[in-house]
Amino acid sequence: MSPSTSAREEILARVRSATADITSEPRLIARSASGSLPSQLAERAISRAVGAEEGTLELFAENVADYRAAVVRVPAAEVGGAVVDALRSAGVQSVVTPTGLDQSWAEAVGAAFDVVTEAAATSAQQLDQVDAVVTGSAIGIATTGTIVLDHQPDQGRRELTLVPDTHVCVIRDDQVVHDVPEAVTRLRTAAGQQRPLTWVSGPSATSDIELQRVEGVHGPRTLVVIIAGTP
Amino acid sequence: MSIGPVQETSPTFVGMPAFPEAAREALANTQQRQNLHNATHTIRAKRAAVVAEVDDWEALRVAGADAKDEALHHLGDYLEQVEESLTANGAIVHWARDAAEANRIVIDIARAKEVDEVVKVKSMATQEIELNEALEEAGISAWETDLAELIVQLFGDRPSHILVPAIHRNRTEIRDVFLREMARFGRPAPDDLTDDPARLAEAARLHLREKFLRAKVAVSGANFAIADTGTLVVVESEGNGRMCLTLPETLISVVGIEKVLPTWDDLGPMLQLLPRSSTGERMNPYTTMWSGVHDGDGPQEVHVILLDNGRSHVLADSVGRQALRCIRCSACLNVCPVYERTGGHAYGSVYPGPIGAVLNPQLRGTSSEVDASLPYASSLCGACFDACPVRINIPELLVELRGTVAEQGGHRAESAAMKAAAWVLSDPRRLAVAQKGATTAGKLIGKRTITKVPGLGAWTDARNLPTPPKETFRQWWAREHEEGGQR
Repeated sequence: MSPSTSAREEILARVRSATADITSEPRLIARSASGSLPSQLAERAISRAVGAEEGTLELFAENVADYRAAVVRVPAAEVGGAVVDALRSAGVQSVVTPTGLDQSWAEAVGAAFDVVTEAAATSAQQLDQVDAVVTGSAIGIATTGTIVLDHQPDQGRRELTLVPDTHVCVIRDDQVVHDVPEAVTRLRTAAGQQRPLTWVSGPSATSDIELQRVEGVHGPRTLVVIIAGTP
Repeated sequence: MSIGPVQETSPTFVGMPAFPEAAREALANTQQRQNLHNATHTIRAKRAAVVAEVDDWEALRVAGADAKDEALHHLGDYLEQVEESLTANGAIVHWARDAAEANRIVIDIARAKEVDEVVKVKSMATQEIELNEALEEAGISAWETDLAELIVQLFGDRPSHILVPAIHRNRTEIRDVFLREMARFGRPAPDDLTDDPARLAEAARLHLREKFLRAKVAVSGANFAIADTGTLVVVESEGNGRMCLTLPETLISVVGIEKVLPTWDDLGPMLQLLPRSSTGERMNPYTTMWSGVHDGDGPQEVHVILLDNGRSHVLADSVGRQALRCIRCSACLNVCPVYERTGGHAYGSVYPGPIGAVLNPQLRGTSSEVDASLPYASSLCGACFDACPVRINIPELLVELRGTVAEQGGHRAESAAMKAAAWVLSDPRRLAVAQKGATTAGKLIGKRTITKVPGLGAWTDARNLPTPPKETFRQWWAREHEEGGQR
């Protein structure tokens, strides 16, 4: 028996002995093939205020802005132009684009800036020389002003949205949910197909010095969120 | 099968004085008391504001406590499940009974990767096992990358708060240490550095970026380990966590066995409770979730070390086990009148404040001076229980632990006093004699306050005694009925 195996057996034995007084059954849930669990946690869903639906997008925009990200709302057809405007006002020269970025946005960006493709940016050192990144997103959460990236091809590998100092992130208005539990439920995927997730609420920040919030430590210091109307 | 042994007190804290002694020293530090007062009051107000935004905070607290209890009550099953899911996702799972075993596993992996440095995400578990010191001894530098941890490391200091470990330092002290120390470990601080927090953060960004870009191995903890999906979650603010969890080729996460959550859906309540309780934000800036190895994205070798180190000992106590629900938010520290005045160092552990006062004596036992004194480091005001997002009844645990300490004869003057009181109270004649004695004393003392009783130093140091009355109730009764006749 390797030392690690015996540590495993010993810890499990200690834990079972420590909980020998427990008589309830565990709620162990077998992972179903689809990965979508029966919502055994219905009682945990936190009720939302009546009429919250209509206000969801406004609340999202308000909360994103409250954490000092710039928020822009445009019709779907104008996203490319809005992305270029946002990059211009951030004063960037070079932009990295994920492989699956919307064709029309990529073209608009390509016409105005030096573009590095995701495939060409093979190292973090290389990304450190790039000023900005443009991505789509997976989900928005209104009550917290959060954007969740699941790093699908329209968002790219995790380091793309981490190393460059400016992040322009596009979210469709139908991707915004009201509260955290809805987002959690939607982000569950089939067993074995979990994606890496990055939850972003405003630009990088710290409160480590006298608890005063300072925007901008290691992640992108400028975050622009473009909310696109449904076509 | 036996119940797990207690945690060995780590070298840093061996021989720590009892809490009252350490607290007296801390109270004399006026600068630190001011820093702590400002910080705890700021964060209290922020927390209160964002908690008030949630429709039914109490229901959320119950849900959070329930999820943790489910995991703890059936921990054996959930540990096996999380191991299975993590392994299926391509992670390598290790088990460590104690600090030494966990440190050895990390060092072995680092050696196999032939590195002489690792970058670190802020993690209570790795502080608890004193991993940095163990790595140092093995010739491997461990770079703390959280701003506050970096400040603490540059000072050669100890953390004094769970969430903001450099809370006892102010901006000027931080500027000075950056100017003095950064150059020794890498990129120096700019010469014209001011004490503006934004400038200080910028200096840290530049200093650490070169380390992030070259590091091959990172070490983290985890806020949650999801059993059914095999996912680890790290909640942070600065992006240093993302750097460590994304850029290096190898990632090692040290995870206490109590960090397991049964299902993915439990993140619903937890991700509402934790940020609002800890930093007082609706959501912290960044949260990373990874499920083993993700092809072509992030570290391609992922290790998870499941750490016991006294936790199974705590789990065996049917009342005490609720302390393992703790999600390390530090809300209890920020509302505690004792912590606010003494700071974190007096608690003699990486876990300070009310949660430290119940967790340390359970993890490490009550045989040392400091651990036996911690259950008394509280006025039992109950603010910690009200603030706790997973409803740990800290006052209840403190009282339980005081019982344990008293039974082992810990606080002798107190137990002698209680025994004497029992002897007197059990016989009316003894009581009458004692009361007469007290009123005699009362007549002598008059209106002066009693602040010290010889032989009861520790007890009466912190408490003023009421001056005994000039007559007893019995005497008053007798006098009233003689004088007033039939009233």
